[in-house]
Amino acid sequence: MVIKKDGKTIVHPYIPNSVPEVQEEMLREIGLKDIDELYSGIPDELKFKGKFNLPEPLLAECELKRHVKRILSKNKTCEENISFLGGGCWPHYVPAICDEINQRSEFLTAYAGEPWEDHGRWQALFEYQSLVAELVDMDVVNVPTYSWGQAAATSLRMSCRITKRDEVLLVDTISPERLAIIRNYCEPLVKVKLVKHDPVTGMMDLEDLKSKMSNKIAAIYFENPSYLGFIETNGKEISEIAHDKGALSVVGVDPISLGVLAPPSHYGADIVCGDLQPLGIHMNFGGGLAGFIATRDEEKFVMEYPSRLFGITKTIVEGEYGFGDVAFERTSFAKREKAKEFVGTMAALWGITAGVYLALMGPKGMWEIGKTIMQRSQYTMKKLSEIDGIKAPRFKAPHFKEFVVDFNETGMSVKEINKRLLEYGIFGGIDLSKSFPELGNSALYCVTEIHTKEDIDKLVQALREIIEGKR
Amino acid sequence: MMKGGKIKLRDFHEAKWDEPIIFELNRKGERGILVPEVEKEIEEEVGDGISVLPEHMIRKKPPALPEIAQVRVLRHYLRLSQETLGATINIDIGQGTCTMKYNPVINEVFARSPKVTELHPYQDQETVQGALEIMCKLDLFLRELSGFSRFTFQPGGGSHAIFTIMSIIYAYHKHRGEEEKRNEIITTLLSHPSNAAAPAVKGFKVINLYPNEYGLPDIEALEEAVSEHTAGFIVTNPEDTGIFNPRIKEFTKIVHDVGGICAYDQANANGIIGIIRAVDCGFDLGFFNLHKTFGSPHGCGGPAVGAVGVTEKLVDFLPVPLVDYDGKKYYLNYDVPHTIGKVREFYGVFPVVLRAYAWIRSLGAEGIKEVARVAVLNNNYVMKKILSEIKGASVSFPKTKHRIEQIRYSFEQLKKETGVSSEDVIRRMADFGFHLWTSHHPWIIPEPFTIEPTESYSKDDLDEYLTTLKRVVEEAYEDPEKVKNAPYNCPIHKIYHEPLEDPKKWAITWRAYLKKRKNWE
Repeated sequence: MVIKKDGKTIVHPYIPNSVPEVQEEMLREIGLKDIDELYSGIPDELKFKGKFNLPEPLLAECELKRHVKRILSKNKTCEENISFLGGGCWPHYVPAICDEINQRSEFLTAYAGEPWEDHGRWQALFEYQSLVAELVDMDVVNVPTYSWGQAAATSLRMSCRITKRDEVLLVDTISPERLAIIRNYCEPLVKVKLVKHDPVTGMMDLEDLKSKMSNKIAAIYFENPSYLGFIETNGKEISEIAHDKGALSVVGVDPISLGVLAPPSHYGADIVCGDLQPLGIHMNFGGGLAGFIATRDEEKFVMEYPSRLFGITKTIVEGEYGFGDVAFERTSFAKREKAKEFVGTMAALWGITAGVYLALMGPKGMWEIGKTIMQRSQYTMKKLSEIDGIKAPRFKAPHFKEFVVDFNETGMSVKEINKRLLEYGIFGGIDLSKSFPELGNSALYCVTEIHTKEDIDKLVQALREIIEGKR
Repeated sequence: MMKGGKIKLRDFHEAKWDEPIIFELNRKGERGILVPEVEKEIEEEVGDGISVLPEHMIRKKPPALPEIAQVRVLRHYLRLSQETLGATINIDIGQGTCTMKYNPVINEVFARSPKVTELHPYQDQETVQGALEIMCKLDLFLRELSGFSRFTFQPGGGSHAIFTIMSIIYAYHKHRGEEEKRNEIITTLLSHPSNAAAPAVKGFKVINLYPNEYGLPDIEALEEAVSEHTAGFIVTNPEDTGIFNPRIKEFTKIVHDVGGICAYDQANANGIIGIIRAVDCGFDLGFFNLHKTFGSPHGCGGPAVGAVGVTEKLVDFLPVPLVDYDGKKYYLNYDVPHTIGKVREFYGVFPVVLRAYAWIRSLGAEGIKEVARVAVLNNNYVMKKILSEIKGASVSFPKTKHRIEQIRYSFEQLKKETGVSSEDVIRRMADFGFHLWTSHHPWIIPEPFTIEPTESYSKDDLDEYLTTLKRVVEEAYEDPEKVKNAPYNCPIHKIYHEPLEDPKKWAITWRAYLKKRKNWE
């Protein structure tokens, strides 16, 4: 049986051997009459005999395109509007070359080939590791994992194995999504405890941290810039508190900040993790995430990575670069349940893309983008603060690209305000009233290099109208 | 291949660019791309933006990234792409277990649309109705194909799906106050390595069932393994031997009888999709890889989606949010009473979900069934040819005749007769533009190689692959050294593994290499 539609046989373009004559020829070769005979190893009672309730196929590509485009047209994008949403998935400019490279069929459709015939894939990922290593100023970076949340969770599990301890301390301003991932990834083997933040500055409360430190703690984790946008300036003190008790300092970081901000390794971080999405990868409704982990080049760290680590090596030909897996025996591919966590298909294409981005940007580009972002976000905070009832930023601290806008004095909820902003073609910041109830009606705004003065002024004007009109 | 009316070996040479490492392209002062500067008014209002930082938080020394002009970056990466044997440019049946199939180009057009790429996950739900509709409908389609009650697209790959399944199994027993007692997961030695590795991350003890002479886990061994400590059972069926376990329903019953949960690793569903449903085999949950069976590309190893489906009794444990439809609009549903929380930020890799949706819409129910049937036909055709025409090759577990969509073979005899190993053959196949792969560890089949000819390859394609494999094996008998020293026609030659294993020598980044290459002498 082949596909039938209205009594006609259809040869589907995706299935070359759906040509009936070819099937007959192949069956003859095998010595069978019907493909169904090949399923005789499956008991009849297990075979599905009903009719799947799936829509009729859209066989012509033309029909399929019309159908899918029609559904997608219901989306209103951040390109068609002005968006101030961030919080773990950020609007940055994606250089055209990043897309040109990651849509090349060779990279897009490759998978798990060997170091010789897939040499380009191995080199591109080795280069991505090397480029991110410069950004974080550390010597080891992994082939990317799923996301920052996973990278942080694995960094913490690595810390536990390295220190042979099973409790971790996280700052309570951590992204709620990442916290949920870490909690699930740690349960039941690793205990997760939160450290308070200073309500004025947002920074980690060092007294609370000290009171929770003990020689059971494997790692202290904080983020820089924090989820709430401010920059944690006590990184050195926090790392020292960790090290004094034999724990590791683990820092999550937004890599696009590292042209201007000191990398965590400069203030004592032992493991650095974060998301590659800002580096040339579209938001993709949250699908553009990819997590990286970086450490020093010490055996006790390297041997605890679950990830693939692509290393450079020699070939039998003098002067030829080759690549291969470093310490493959660590991985679940080699060791199954005795491995370091697990590895599999994760986010390699985004790793290659981030490498392309960093190669394009260079040191100057990374400095300039950091500077532009900081200027634009500071301008936004300043202008928003001029509106009666709005306080921005909520925390008294330097900020990078995100900041909390406090609407408590306006008498309006963030939900209401964002609904109104939508009428202006503006996506307002993330409503924090549920995830950080102590902040009341506050929202997390994100401003990057893509926001022009005109965009920002439009936001300010709209908020002024909404809030003043309300009064 | 057929050329000039004759079957001939392809005269192949992969691109070889001898491309330097990107840092070696550095030329001080060159720029790959410029960044927008702020408007004068902004500069006047806030100054340089940096001076708000305390001195110790400002980066003192710029990152040592290379400085390269745009066209030179582009050329470098285009060359690397040419040195990569992507699935669409070869007859990719030799990467067994990976389900290398055609990734429809039209789906790429969809995935690259700004209507997809420029969406933020926290947009007002009114503004992402199209994306939510696709997710909701794909969930419904996968329910049909599996019999499960609900799917989540949050896991970012097959291994991540297995971890999610383990999290759900743990949460289920915890909800019943049994998480300490039920601390064992049973799997099979031939199931994917992550079926053993991921449960261990969740604190479970792992019991591996070994294959019997028919390539199947022993039912007696399972009976012995189950107890009041059994939390669950996870299995691939068929495993990479292509042998379907016909007693699978008895297996799931034995596990259910002691209160365990049964999970189906359907990463390799390509031969049974539309033929059997997971629930009819007694499974409580399972997953499909949308980047395998459902036509989304592998991307050098992700981004991907391991779509986890569950029966009614486990719906309340799924990660949040789910996507629902209230008759008027689609919405994100966070009301999942015993949720495990999250395994990935937001809702999964939407472009992959979209490609899977479009793939199903193109094929329909009959087309999907045809995918499975042709995958199985192709596989059995290849097996027939390998066993009858390729010297020194054998099939694993020869007592079992019927195979589904892929097979683990062995070159044990070839190795004995010529000294040429399966890894040598694999390298020589690359000289003709083909992948071939061994198999997952442990190698209980000596000198393994695994072939999975999905529905995407024509009879001529399969014949070309087989003709080449046959020629390489003949070469092994005629001139074993030639095969052992391969490859010759690839971007590079045989590599030395030793620097990759020695902590004094390994170099995972260029900067580490510059420091450590002296140890290579």
